[in-house]
Amino acid sequence: MTVVDSRPAAAPGPAATGPAPVTVTLKIRRFDPEFTDEAHWESYQVPFDPSDRLLDAIIWVKWNVDGSLALRRSCAHGVCGSDAMRVNGVNRLACKVLVKDLGSEITIEPIKGLPVEKDLIVDMEPFFDAFRAVKPYLITDDHEPTRERLQSAEDRARFDDTTKCIMCAACTTSCPVFWNDGDYFGPQAIVAAHRFIFDSRDAGADERLEILNEREGVWRCRTTFNCTNACPRGIQVTKAIQEVKRALLFRRL
Amino acid sequence: MATTAAAPADRGAPELVAPRSPQQRTKPGAAKVRSNFELYAWVFMRISGLLLFFLVLGHLFIMNILDGGVQRVNFGFVAGRWASPFWRMWDLVMLLLAELHGTNGLRTVINDYAERAQTRFWLKMLLYTSAFLVVTLGTLVIFTFDPDL
Repeated sequence: MTVVDSRPAAAPGPAATGPAPVTVTLKIRRFDPEFTDEAHWESYQVPFDPSDRLLDAIIWVKWNVDGSLALRRSCAHGVCGSDAMRVNGVNRLACKVLVKDLGSEITIEPIKGLPVEKDLIVDMEPFFDAFRAVKPYLITDDHEPTRERLQSAEDRARFDDTTKCIMCAACTTSCPVFWNDGDYFGPQAIVAAHRFIFDSRDAGADERLEILNEREGVWRCRTTFNCTNACPRGIQVTKAIQEVKRALLFRRL
Repeated sequence: MATTAAAPADRGAPELVAPRSPQQRTKPGAAKVRSNFELYAWVFMRISGLLLFFLVLGHLFIMNILDGGVQRVNFGFVAGRWASPFWRMWDLVMLLLAELHGTNGLRTVINDYAERAQTRFWLKMLLYTSAFLVVTLGTLVIFTFDPDL
């Protein structure tokens, strides 16, 4: 089914001002469990400005064409990590890509590998389960210092890359191993573990390495680099996973 | 690919289609068996791959390119080579490494792509049986080869 907005081009929206608006087709994977068992594609003609992000275009559809379109978004500036979705087949944050860079027809799907609840909203619990399983918090065995736990700039730099994670799930849901094996921890959980394993203030490295040494741990990684490609924060995810493998191999941190 | 997950009771929705197949092979709460098997399998793949690179290329060069190539390979040629323990060991090591390397690779493929526990189990049984037969038969021939046959 194609929904075409029949109102004049000057409809309120991102392209309300300026010269004749350019339009783009958004082909969105819709699924509403209250009415259908099957997901289906719907297309929308959306006017856009060169400065519009994909999220603006999707919200334009929600406000002007179909208010039932469901998606998560919060900060809309690439920090909260709510609006990860599969855009033209690759995972992206809708608030970090410009419509003009995506061609004349943009396919939008929920991130893959997690149960879809409605439209672009997926059940994130399995993803958070994997995150919790690697103990993503400071573990110490010494006395608590009276002030802060100091760390040298070099020690801090060791795990700097993996502190940037915003848990949008773009990496985990781009991983073909995760798609096929829901028990695999997935790239994000390994990134979260990496952030503490290589922290000089943390004493739980062995515990976390043991967890990631299990059958569904780092050894399932096939280095396809989908995760590195998907990460909106530019984290070298595959590299982090390999560093954990190396740490397991040599137990030298 | 589609596996249905049970719909939560508090939502009046039919079963949700999930493109994901949780296997739950380790039951939650069950005692975790600490094992380095996956680590060793991973290391084995790297080392055997490296060795096989030289063993297989050397084998192909001797059998297919070196003086006369494949045309000169016959019973007598094999008997002549296997008179030396060096070539028997070469072939034995190549057989074992290649078979185990391939078996472990296929084990990974089955783990990745077979969805149902039963399918996984039987595919792996088939795989291990065939690997066992190939290794046994090959090893037997290498050790019991009789040039005067």
